[in-house]
Amino acid sequence: MTITTTELLVTGADLLGRGRADLLIRDGVFADPATAGPGAERLDADGLVALPGLVDLHTHLREPGREDAETVETGTLAAARGGFTAVLAMANTSPVTDTAEAALHVAALGRRGGHAEVVPVGAVSKGLAGAELAELGLMARSEAAVRVFSDDGHCVSDPRLMRRALEYVRAFDGVIAQHAQDPQLAGREACCHEGEISGRLGLPGWPAAAEATIVARDVQLAELTRSRLHVCHVSTAETVDVLRWAKLRGIDVTAEVAPHHLLLTTDEVQGYDPTFKVNPPLRPAEHVAALRDALSDGTIDAVATDHAPHARHDKEHAFAEAAFGMLGLETALAVVVETMVNPGRLGWEQVALRMSTVPAHIARLTGQGRPLSVGEPANLTLVDPAARRVVDRSDSASLSRNNPWHGRELPDPVAATVWAGSLTYRR
Amino acid sequence: MRHLLSAGDLSLAETTGILDLAEQMSLVQARPVKKLPALRGRTVVNLFFEDSTRTRSSFEIAGKWLSADVINISAKGSSVSKGESLRDTVLTVAAMGVDALVIRHHASGAPWQVTQWIDAQVLNAGDGTHEHPTQALLDAFTLRRHFRRTAPGQIDFAGRTVAVVGDVTHSRVARSNVLLLQTLGARVVLVAPPTLMPSGVDSWPVETSHDLDAVLPEVDAVMMLRVQRERMSGGYFPTPREYTVGYGLTRTRLGLLRPDAAICHPGPMNRGLEISADAADSGRSRILDQVAAGVSVRMAVLYQLLGGEDDTPAGGSADARPRTEGRREAPAPDPRGQR
Amino acid sequence: MSDADQRRPRGESPAEPATRPARLVLDSDQIQRACARMAHQILEANRGAAGLVLVGIPTRGVALADRLARAMSEVEGVDIPVGALDITLYRDDLRRHPTRTVGRTHLPLSVDNAVVVLVDDVLYSGRTVRAALDALGDLGRPRAVRLAVLVDRGHRELPIRADHVGKNIPTRANERVSVRLAEVDGVNEITISPGDDPVPTADGLELPDPVDGAL
Repeated sequence: MTITTTELLVTGADLLGRGRADLLIRDGVFADPATAGPGAERLDADGLVALPGLVDLHTHLREPGREDAETVETGTLAAARGGFTAVLAMANTSPVTDTAEAALHVAALGRRGGHAEVVPVGAVSKGLAGAELAELGLMARSEAAVRVFSDDGHCVSDPRLMRRALEYVRAFDGVIAQHAQDPQLAGREACCHEGEISGRLGLPGWPAAAEATIVARDVQLAELTRSRLHVCHVSTAETVDVLRWAKLRGIDVTAEVAPHHLLLTTDEVQGYDPTFKVNPPLRPAEHVAALRDALSDGTIDAVATDHAPHARHDKEHAFAEAAFGMLGLETALAVVVETMVNPGRLGWEQVALRMSTVPAHIARLTGQGRPLSVGEPANLTLVDPAARRVVDRSDSASLSRNNPWHGRELPDPVAATVWAGSLTYRR
Repeated sequence: MRHLLSAGDLSLAETTGILDLAEQMSLVQARPVKKLPALRGRTVVNLFFEDSTRTRSSFEIAGKWLSADVINISAKGSSVSKGESLRDTVLTVAAMGVDALVIRHHASGAPWQVTQWIDAQVLNAGDGTHEHPTQALLDAFTLRRHFRRTAPGQIDFAGRTVAVVGDVTHSRVARSNVLLLQTLGARVVLVAPPTLMPSGVDSWPVETSHDLDAVLPEVDAVMMLRVQRERMSGGYFPTPREYTVGYGLTRTRLGLLRPDAAICHPGPMNRGLEISADAADSGRSRILDQVAAGVSVRMAVLYQLLGGEDDTPAGGSADARPRTEGRREAPAPDPRGQR
Repeated sequence: MSDADQRRPRGESPAEPATRPARLVLDSDQIQRACARMAHQILEANRGAAGLVLVGIPTRGVALADRLARAMSEVEGVDIPVGALDITLYRDDLRRHPTRTVGRTHLPLSVDNAVVVLVDDVLYSGRTVRAALDALGDLGRPRAVRLAVLVDRGHRELPIRADHVGKNIPTRANERVSVRLAEVDGVNEITISPGDDPVPTADGLELPDPVDGAL
């Protein structure tokens, strides 16, 4: 529940790991703690780290269309529990977010029942069909102010359409977020990383090359069009190499990695549990290591959840026929702490960059990912660096239970979340 | 045995036990009364998500000759398109009171998933492009008889070389045979064009070759795999003609085989494509023996699964209660069985 | 797994004496005399060896059938055909035990119109013989079936009686009768050991399984 109080005084938090300070939140912004009134609600943040509210570039909220799997309300509640204050809602709903009206509808759902800022992502092509451009400009000019466009779930595989989309969004500083998957090399049936395990299990393979070849093409199209490219859910070491090359060349490309690709490997699918069926698929350990390196050195700019709720019956098919995707919002920071912070690969300031500041910047969100200073919007995540728990999939705000972390011990970092001055989650 | 999912689940002793028992069962086929009372009162459901008259009727006869009540259910077509999940389909069938489910599914791994949902015993009758353990058992049964006939008194499989030729990538027969032949101690050579060799085959306990002519003279048996229609247009090889020239057991190649080598094919055959009529009908062909072995081997497997006391947790054979969630602790099946 | 092994899971093996002392009831010589007597009885009842087939029930029944056949050959000067009839798949208690290993069935010739003498070591509940009769019926139609057992210990649960008995040994239901034969066990003897306290079951008192070997 969103609780609004006039004043909230957060005491003793360690701001991005730089040092302890009090934070006063009044009227949705940070105010000078010295001015706190006697009636201010106090939140003891002793031992907690304060980060700007997290921003997820890649969330599937399923509403409209599949409200049995997730709604804007439940999805954003899960976001709040995961420390997020803003989520970008992917366009593959029903109807698809490929018009200004559809984008406005999603934004309105967010305002009405959301526990975090809901920012619609617009489709690149009409109906995600990959044939004709959706009304990119109308979505951008609408009150929803769409800046991120993606056919996520599908690759914009036609190079000509991709080129036109990149060119077109330059007019309003948009970005094309590409789901990089060559549909000829990795079709819809591809459900497992192509390698020793897919060969042994007899599962249709999804070769790593099907991702990097598209990214190699797209960075060159971004260079050609002098436009902005964002690569969704990078999953392979080869893609990381391409990104490094492109960034060295000065191409305006950013990339995200999903938490599950930072920790889980192809080994998980050996039990044919569709919980571990995700697109792009879980990869072998050498890819996981490359992704951690890339996130650490900034080649990968952001962590994005690819939170993909599915109704139970859509996952209870044979592995090859079950839906792709896994939950991520509530556990994303936990996985980042486990894989990056605890081993010393990222400090808290860098976590703030990868999970808040940079994603907000990629999506051109002005009120998110800001410094924790007086006058800034009060979006805040309080992190307990030491707490741990065994993940229980039934303990979730999401309507779905396709949680790959069930039964696994992970950090339990999120102590409280404040969005626009209101406490949206408190442990 | 709780289930029979993978040929790799069977130890050497279990495999030998099944083959020996299958020999006993084969005697029943020669009797005036081809029926044993061993599985009286047991219910076996053949749940086939994919057509296979041959395998289904083989299981059906095997069950009936052991006096089990056998019910065939065809659940053809994608359950996704029908809107019913695999779990719902299986729970519905199990709720009728079933001791064993014989499952054939077009998707790899489906029988493993089913064991997570119901308490009945599950027998994999072929899953996708993954495994077909009873086929591997009947192939082993056929080969063992062949070896014992051609070289009496010698060790059955140790030191023997078996070539498996054709579309290994998409073959459940090949995967199960590799596992079982390894358990039995035979040397396996996979022969296929690189496009039809599974990814990661380097880590399999086999040798690989793209040169059938070089392999044939040294084999004790050759298993020709069926070329599926859909592969012919899938760009895996240029034309059927070129496939036959490279990987078919043609009349000319027959001359490369030792006189005592066995020729096997899981059927149905594409005569003239992967196997010539001369090879299929030659004296070295064991293809009809394979078919005959199917019933004996499946009787043996059904008896091994169902011949003992109920080992369902509740002691009831018709327990269709959904299993509790959170069965991650269930050991991940390792279809190769040795890692 | 050998047939001898399959008897073991349900109690002590014949080779392992029970904790309480076992009482010897027949030694090697006595067993041999009992066999010789039965061989004569069988020939006498059949008025010679014509049409006789001895069919042993594995494991010790087969060894006994061999002994009887040898003894009869010496008398008659002809070979008596001997077979083995595994009754595992005909048992009525399969569902009460882990899957049992199936033994070998081998008949030297068709049983049609033959006089089949079923041979087993111990007759107890009669269930084994019932299963053997069923199995035999599926293999053909003998002119007559007779039953020869080395030991009849009583406690029948079915209307079955033996035609030829080596030794009647009255027992309590909870006692164990152990037949050991050299061909299988390396020694010839029959012992009785006190069983554990009887365990009531749905069928009444039943302790060791009424199978040959370990009773």
